[in-house]
Amino acid sequence: MLSYPQDRTCPYQPSPGYRELGRSGPLHKVRLWDGSTIWMVTGHAAGRRLLADPRLSADRSRPDFPVVLPRFEAPIFKPIAIIGFDPPVHDVHRRMLAPDFSLKHVREMRDEVVELTGRLVDDMLRKGPPAELVEDFALPIPSMVISQLLGVPYEDHVFFEEKTVGLLQAKDAAGAEAAGQALWDYLDELISAKERTPGGGEGVLGRLAGRIDDRDLTREDLLRIALALLIGGHDTTSQMIALGVVTLLEHPDQLAAWRAAPPEALPAAVDELLRMVSVTDVSGVRVATEDIEIDGEVVRAGEGVLVSSSMTNRDPEVYEDPYTFDIHRAAGRGGAASGRQHLTFGFGIHQCLGQNLARMELEVAFSTLFDRIPGLRLATPAGELPARSGGTMQGVHRLPVEW
Amino acid sequence: MRLHADRESCISGGRCMATLPEVFDQDDEGIVVLLTPTPAPEHQAKARKAAYLCPARAIDITESPTPD
Repeated sequence: MLSYPQDRTCPYQPSPGYRELGRSGPLHKVRLWDGSTIWMVTGHAAGRRLLADPRLSADRSRPDFPVVLPRFEAPIFKPIAIIGFDPPVHDVHRRMLAPDFSLKHVREMRDEVVELTGRLVDDMLRKGPPAELVEDFALPIPSMVISQLLGVPYEDHVFFEEKTVGLLQAKDAAGAEAAGQALWDYLDELISAKERTPGGGEGVLGRLAGRIDDRDLTREDLLRIALALLIGGHDTTSQMIALGVVTLLEHPDQLAAWRAAPPEALPAAVDELLRMVSVTDVSGVRVATEDIEIDGEVVRAGEGVLVSSSMTNRDPEVYEDPYTFDIHRAAGRGGAASGRQHLTFGFGIHQCLGQNLARMELEVAFSTLFDRIPGLRLATPAGELPARSGGTMQGVHRLPVEW
Repeated sequence: MRLHADRESCISGGRCMATLPEVFDQDDEGIVVLLTPTPAPEHQAKARKAAYLCPARAIDITESPTPD
């Protein structure tokens, strides 16, 4: 039985072990670090069905919820806001946030993101090559955007970025808990300050601080929401920018196609990059609350399910030449199999709250970077980049570039 | 073709509005607003795509037995 997780050998392709698994059907039992087993889903249709099935629970405080990596034993993850709750609590909290993350609101934020991205490129050009693209570009874009949206002071960014990496990349539960607790204490103080401010103060957290009613929203709920949004708002997007740049640079024909594409073709190109890179690697982890029959198998009540985004995004039933990166995938094939039905953001009620914000940031980031620095190239071969290990958010620790 | 969008189950993913803004909109709370329940023939393929992409499965389509 394959052990989970497996590291990638290419920054934008799934681990060889998963590719092998994907050839033998849509559902597979894999072994976790603690010796337990979990269903790993590599089929697109099965993944969609399971992620939208109310008989699967996302409640991380359940004793039977699968612990896919040692760090997820840390109490800080149980429960994590919104993504770790089932209805009705999930729905109440998600609705409170919907206006801030809606497509309309994201479109209103675009000009500001264009401006800040331009400033970051100005700084890179002023300093001259080489540059470290994570620190100089990929990380500050989402970090500044989420700080402003939430009402978290960006001057604290070094602190919250380091602690986020400490939490998400911890080797064990104690390390994750220590980093998570530091973030928790920081947000606790910040929310206290907002509670003292008439009208709640700035950002989403300020607005919600004024809505604590001990029924729909407790103070602890708000702290958990703040933690989830701050973490979710910058780490994944920054790594998607970094790995997206690597993917485009490694496919000069596609980079040329991106530059030549009209603006209306770019959202689909961004989705093809999201499909290809599958930065989350996992679309969702759940536990079955009842026996569920699917594709000739039975997922028993109490069994864990892990939907692979990198593999469902390469299901040959859905995508022709699934391992090929093609930004015009939708247009070129009659629109039948665009990159847009990828499961990188998940599916079902837990689909990423920030997906529209992420898409906009990605489009602006790639367009600005390759427009302003046309000679950009990797200073370290893609295969030798210091990469994160398998299991959760994929990424590189550093991305040296020159031009 | 007849469309129904369930505002109760909508999670504000915005996939419908991104796919077919002629038919799907969002209100100030980010919740789906159906601009017309009977999309023009040239919009029907995209309406099906929007329903497929909806993560909350909030869009229902009733296909007419006779052409619209």
